[in-house]
Amino acid sequence: MELILESLFNSVAIGSVLLVAALGLAIVFGLMGVINLAHGELMMVGAYSTYVTQLIFKLPILKPFYDIYVLIAIIIAFIVSGTVGILLERTVIRRLYGSPLETLLATWGVSLILQQFVRSVPLAYATGCVITIFISLLFSTVIPQNLLQGNRRKLIKTGALGTSAAAGVLTASALASLVSKLSRASSRNVDVTAPPWMRGGVDVLGMTFPKTRLLIIVITIISVVAVSIFLNKSVWGVRIRAVTQNRDMSECLGISTESVDVITFGIGSGLAGVAGVAVSLLGSVGPNVGGNYIVGCFMVVVLGGVGNLLGTVIASFSIGLMTDLIGAGRLLTIWPNMPQPLASTVDFFSTTSMARVMIFALIVGFLQYRPAGLFPQKGRMVES
Amino acid sequence: MNLLEVSNLNTYYSESHILRNVDLRIKAGEMVCLIGRNGVGKTTLLKSLIGLLKPRGGEILFEGSSIIRSKPHQRARSGIAYVPQGREIIPYLTVEENLTLGMEALPGGIQTNKRIDPFIFELFPILKDFLLRKGGDLSGGQQQQLAIGRALLGHPKLLLLDEPTEGIQPNVIQDIETAVRRIIKETGIGVLLVEQHLHFVRQADRYYAMQRGGIVASGPTSELSKDVISKFLSV
Repeated sequence: MELILESLFNSVAIGSVLLVAALGLAIVFGLMGVINLAHGELMMVGAYSTYVTQLIFKLPILKPFYDIYVLIAIIIAFIVSGTVGILLERTVIRRLYGSPLETLLATWGVSLILQQFVRSVPLAYATGCVITIFISLLFSTVIPQNLLQGNRRKLIKTGALGTSAAAGVLTASALASLVSKLSRASSRNVDVTAPPWMRGGVDVLGMTFPKTRLLIIVITIISVVAVSIFLNKSVWGVRIRAVTQNRDMSECLGISTESVDVITFGIGSGLAGVAGVAVSLLGSVGPNVGGNYIVGCFMVVVLGGVGNLLGTVIASFSIGLMTDLIGAGRLLTIWPNMPQPLASTVDFFSTTSMARVMIFALIVGFLQYRPAGLFPQKGRMVES
Repeated sequence: MNLLEVSNLNTYYSESHILRNVDLRIKAGEMVCLIGRNGVGKTTLLKSLIGLLKPRGGEILFEGSSIIRSKPHQRARSGIAYVPQGREIIPYLTVEENLTLGMEALPGGIQTNKRIDPFIFELFPILKDFLLRKGGDLSGGQQQQLAIGRALLGHPKLLLLDEPTEGIQPNVIQDIETAVRRIIKETGIGVLLVEQHLHFVRQADRYYAMQRGGIVASGPTSELSKDVISKFLSV
């Protein structure tokens, strides 16, 4: 009984990290069909925003609220990664819709740029950049179109740009002078420490579950529920689904497909940021942190069936279960009298990296038989 | 004033010249039919009017103002509805959601317009029974009714219909004809119809005949002679 419970908890914990990481990709790749290799770096951006948030909450003014910084970091990471994602969509990906190979190469380049960016630019200035971009994006959506006519157009645009640049510079210099850790560029890994109430574990039925893992599971559940409500019930959800299924006709019906693209990509990227928060709680944060997750994310989305949220959920939990069974050598615990040759094989695969090899081999094998994944799209419209 | 005024329109597919100096006028409350054999550019003309294709030259005036630089969604919001060949129903959305999307062209979009006008179910009763089915699961005729219903929910001033009776069983053709005639009579909108079905063509007020990307004949449909029919319709 204890064994099953422990195994179950571990699988769910591993699965929920995978799921929260793959959720954004399920939207960007699954729904929009954009192969975004920079998705892992958007997670890294989220992880670094958690780190910056943590340092800001250590300042004397915000010290009393230090306990809840993780919760605020989730919102901040969503906004920061979403902003970077929207910038990426507007500058690079928008020009490459319909050409997957070029998208793949370009986003790979972007991922390298982002990795080097956090190495060579002090985080205070990086924060300033993000704030500038965020405010100028905000201006371009908030200012009503009829104000932007004639001579005033140039004036307002320059004003908006100036304001956002000023806000960015101010934040950057304030952060650099207040927090010394943010004023220097560093390529070393940084650590996010959980606030006191999140350390330790919860005892259930004589077993201890780490609180950070439980928090990640909660974050995952909330994200999945929020995404499915957003896609299925909200007005923007209907628009997003319409555009992903028939772009030209949606445009002819009066949907601005450009805005839908921006919003879809922004939400997918923002979710990568939320995943970044989860990842930062599990280990140290470095420029390469995203690379560790990107392959797993694509595997989950493909295995679940592209464009299928439920498939993504089930795929990540089954990968979690398999990782636990193979990687932790749990098969041997369940079945101690295993024949010797089999037992040594199982033992050979029971390390983290060999377990990944085994799981990817199994997924590749599975996709040979079911190329469309666990839940392929069905119905009359598939053939056409 | 003309509802739609097209002058000297030229459209290309990459390097091949499809539409050549097309001129066309439609008044409000008028049903105009575009006839011509396959591949003469009828669909290309409709796609240029809704904005899916960008003409290289010419002018399109809608209610007196130029729309040639507008994107399709802006043209849809200004009052042009498009029912394409092959219906183009959003396949995994329910019939209800598909109909709702038709109201995206109204001011405020689907955020403020949520109630489907029951007028649509009066025109096409079958849609009411299938509200919760996926659009892609309907038969061709049902999809066509859905596509027209969806277009009408945006209260368009001009309706572009591309071969609405193609590949549809005769009794549904009858329903669609009746519905289109009723819409024009009750709402006074303009309709531009591409059609091969002679009976439906005869319902129109005027016709334009196309050949090799240009308009070669036009006039009231009452004057459609046997000659013209055999030359421009594949009957």
